[in-house]
Amino acid sequence: MAGSEADAKERILGRIRRGLRRGPLPPSVAGGLIERLRSHPRNLVPARSRLPRAEQVALWRANIEREHATVADAERPEDIPGLVAEYLAAQNLPPALRLAPDPFLESLPWDSRPLLKLGFGRAEPGDAVSVTPCFAAVAETGTLVFPSGPSHPTTLNIMPETQIVVLRRSRIVGSFEDSWDLLRAERAAPWDGPAGLRFMPRSVMLVTGPSRTADIEQTIELGAHGPRRVHVILLKDDPG
Amino acid sequence: MHITSPAFKDNARAALADPGLQRALANARTGFVAKRARAVAALPEFEALREEGRDLKNHVLAHLDFYLEAYARAVEAAGGRVHWCETAEDARRTVVEICRAAGARTATKGKSMIAEEIGLNDHLSASGIEPIETDLGEYIIQLRKEPPSHIIAPAIHLNREDWIEAFRTAHAHLPPDRPFAERKALIDEARSVLRARFLAADVGITGANLLIAETGSSVIVTNEGNGDLTQTLPKVHIVLASIEKVVPTLEDACTILRLLARSATGQEVSTYTTFSTGPRREGDLDGPAEYHVILLDNGRSAMLGTGFQDMLRCIRCAACMNHCPVYGAVGGHAYGWVYPGPMGAVLTPTLIGVDKAGHLPNASTFCGRCESVCPMKIPLPKMMRHWREREFERHLSPAATRWGLGLWAWVAQRPWAYRLAARAGALTLGWLGRKRGRVSSLPLARGWTEGREMPAPEGETFHARYRRLAKRGLA
Repeated sequence: MAGSEADAKERILGRIRRGLRRGPLPPSVAGGLIERLRSHPRNLVPARSRLPRAEQVALWRANIEREHATVADAERPEDIPGLVAEYLAAQNLPPALRLAPDPFLESLPWDSRPLLKLGFGRAEPGDAVSVTPCFAAVAETGTLVFPSGPSHPTTLNIMPETQIVVLRRSRIVGSFEDSWDLLRAERAAPWDGPAGLRFMPRSVMLVTGPSRTADIEQTIELGAHGPRRVHVILLKDDPG
Repeated sequence: MHITSPAFKDNARAALADPGLQRALANARTGFVAKRARAVAALPEFEALREEGRDLKNHVLAHLDFYLEAYARAVEAAGGRVHWCETAEDARRTVVEICRAAGARTATKGKSMIAEEIGLNDHLSASGIEPIETDLGEYIIQLRKEPPSHIIAPAIHLNREDWIEAFRTAHAHLPPDRPFAERKALIDEARSVLRARFLAADVGITGANLLIAETGSSVIVTNEGNGDLTQTLPKVHIVLASIEKVVPTLEDACTILRLLARSATGQEVSTYTTFSTGPRREGDLDGPAEYHVILLDNGRSAMLGTGFQDMLRCIRCAACMNHCPVYGAVGGHAYGWVYPGPMGAVLTPTLIGVDKAGHLPNASTFCGRCESVCPMKIPLPKMMRHWREREFERHLSPAATRWGLGLWAWVAQRPWAYRLAARAGALTLGWLGRKRGRVSSLPLARGWTEGREMPAPEGETFHARYRRLAKRGLA
């Protein structure tokens, strides 16, 4: 930080403390706040997120469909390339895909559909259709959770006109808080930095349906700057 | 941005006489209110969330120094940079310095009220950097060279023919006789024109709906996806955020987000809610190489400990203006600066001075709808009253108002005079409206009767009626 910015920081903090009529927080109070950050307690979570498993999955589906995404069911992983090809044909889209370099997507038997043209990587300007994994989905609102990383470039979620999302049913959780807990549990790295950085990727996109705008006469139109279509292939990977 | 708040009365009169604006506002009034009501009814916990939201923001404000330092440490640990800016000028200068260091010629922008507050676009243009608004509503008003008229729907004052006209003028490379049969044609054209700008931009500038101390993340909420293209594609991402946007944890962000979309557009959740934490990581295939946060004070710290502290809870959802009868009648431009409606009537005088913005807290019927829908339970009418008091104390109110209030105080403190004046008023007005039950013009209140008729009293005062009914044992 440049010198003048360091001074600005001290002046801003000083004005805040003067407004609050106190000096810097005493260690006992600051310690309590540090503990609050570390333990990140939950606030009120809507009851609709806590449902028996089958209803939770149904709620997720009803919510994302209401937000104009479409959902197809896959019984087995090897069905996925066929479902992708059928969707492209039904939508009259070219059979060319930009796929996230994700181990699971790479492992699918794409050669069962030899007409599909595949490219793995980030989205480039000409790409019309992307295929991405999905870290988790939130039943409360239907939302899809996309953390960024080498195996899931962010551009795949926003540049192509069509995004096909492969979601494993076991990854549907009730609430947003549940999805943060998954992120914390599965991505935590053992180092000493601020607690949040041990798991937080550069970007986490919470996506609920295709892009839209109501800027013209307050009427919703789909397909603003991001995808016009979001199609979820829901893979049955759990007994429920 | 040029301030026209001192001319509020003229602005309002012109707005009431503008048929295009009135048509656009009629559209907006019904839409937002009904959508919010549906979303609130669908969530039984909404009221309890409002209380939690209010308490959470109060907790943050009471420990704002701590949370800002924790947030800034987390941003830097993630490889980002925080620029503490005391004034609008500091913020503008810092943004231009970052752009220059990146050799930027164009900067794409997501919607940001802070950018409007600091007058960023004019400053970027003057510094040789072209700002490109990418939110569709912001894009059209940039084409039309006008300010936003609403904090979440900046082009709410426009109708479809305004869009068609602006697009035909601005996109001169396209066939001049192309049809715009549907709204979709406009959106498709904007998408393709702006996609080229996204790909060419050197810097992307966004606002922030929230900052998270736990993780050092900035959060933006959009429906179009323009904010995500803005913050992902260029090599530099600049976040503009004011100091009151910080919350402690991801869980706390969830509480605010559940309130925000429902209160704003009546959605359960916006299409895109994106948490950005620092620049591109090792192995990432996309994302910006630099991540900067402009942390702006611009008068906010001075609101702490005053009667206006509660205003710092505001999450910019716009529910107050969507439900305001005054905003609904005159629209946002009449308010004359960046923030319109009830939240603007409270905030604008703190940011540009009550001498310039004194009309705004007076432009209220005190019906209280704004407070009743505010997700953060901000006592907006009470704070507008604070401003009226300050304006009066500083002798900024017009002579007629001061004289009238003095007369009122004299009468109200003397029961005999009050009864006499009330009886005279009730009798006169009752007589004036005796034929139709309404009064269509009043000598000293033309400003009132010009726009509407006044219902005539029945000729009896409340005191008189109370006595009469009490005698018959009915009161």
